Amino acid sequence: MKIPVVKQILSSNDQIAAENEKNFRENGVFALNLMAAPGAGKTTFILATIDHLPDSIRPAVIEGDLASTIDADTISQRGVPVIQINTGGGCHLDAPMIRDSLPHFALTDIDLLFVENVGNLVCPSNFNLGTALSVVVSSTAEGHDKPYKYPGIFATADVVILTKADILEVFDFDLEFFERGLKAVNPTAPLFVVSGRTGKGIDTWITWLMNRKDKYQS
Amino acid sequence: MGVRLFSFPVWSRYNASIMHELPVTQGILSVALETAEQHGGHRITAINLVIGDLASIVDDSVQFYFDALSEGTLAEGAKLTFKRETANALCLECGHTYTVTPPLDPFCPQCDSAFLQISGGKAFYIDSIEVDDEDTRS
Repeated sequence: MKIPVVKQILSSNDQIAAENEKNFRENGVFALNLMAAPGAGKTTFILATIDHLPDSIRPAVIEGDLASTIDADTISQRGVPVIQINTGGGCHLDAPMIRDSLPHFALTDIDLLFVENVGNLVCPSNFNLGTALSVVVSSTAEGHDKPYKYPGIFATADVVILTKADILEVFDFDLEFFERGLKAVNPTAPLFVVSGRTGKGIDTWITWLMNRKDKYQS
Repeated sequence: MGVRLFSFPVWSRYNASIMHELPVTQGILSVALETAEQHGGHRITAINLVIGDLASIVDDSVQFYFDALSEGTLAEGAKLTFKRETANALCLECGHTYTVTPPLDPFCPQCDSAFLQISGGKAFYIDSIEVDDEDTRS
């Protein structure tokens, strides 16, 4: 006997992601899921964004790594509330991990929550966390072919950030080629070219981010 | 300000894993078992999946994890079938449409243009399960 199911494989994760989203909305938290390869500059980009935020915006960070608290320590030194999740070998964050870490934040005191996913361009794209915005971070140092090689994750992005713009020439990075690849798999996601180190492009990104945040909460 | 640390060891109840095929397989198993229970608790003989070519799932890896995870359940010994959903490219310059497989060739095979639009290939669901209802006692 054949029984029709037609159900998403990760529906139990999606269900918890929906609870997370409700929790974020009720507490006025705009959450970002940052996905990138290891070393793309996620943490530097988060810090650069935090440094340039309007004073009224209160940030917090969830750091996902296989091991260590190196990234969380860096964030914590800036006086920003941070939780470190160590996946112990797991290649991505999932919705239950986020749900279980949220009670340790004072959510009503947070406007913008950065969730830094485990460095990986494959698995994180399959797991909804309940965040409002999926951000894929790619760096000039990784090369301009990333959207062609990892179409899945670029296709899920709401916005793409190209970091390390200050050293673009060093890597013979062909920005037009990168943009074409991105447009092919994701025609709608805007691209921001930034440098966390020099601050280039960060203000433009923040203007866009605040606009999205206002729309989400209205 | 202190840092609060959560550690999730491998094989923990949080389903963290080295390969993401493991939690994916756990998802498949739990949906299949739930469905079988709702329909009389028969043994599951097959699970029919639809997976997009861009969904980054390796068939053999899923079956490998499935055989281990399903041991002692209604789904033990069930065969997984993978219907692949292809991804399609449309060349925005010459209008040529064709099927793509990763890694993506960034140029249209007909006119060499890089202005492509990719669609499909992201499916990720269980279409149906097959159960053995021969043993039903009447």
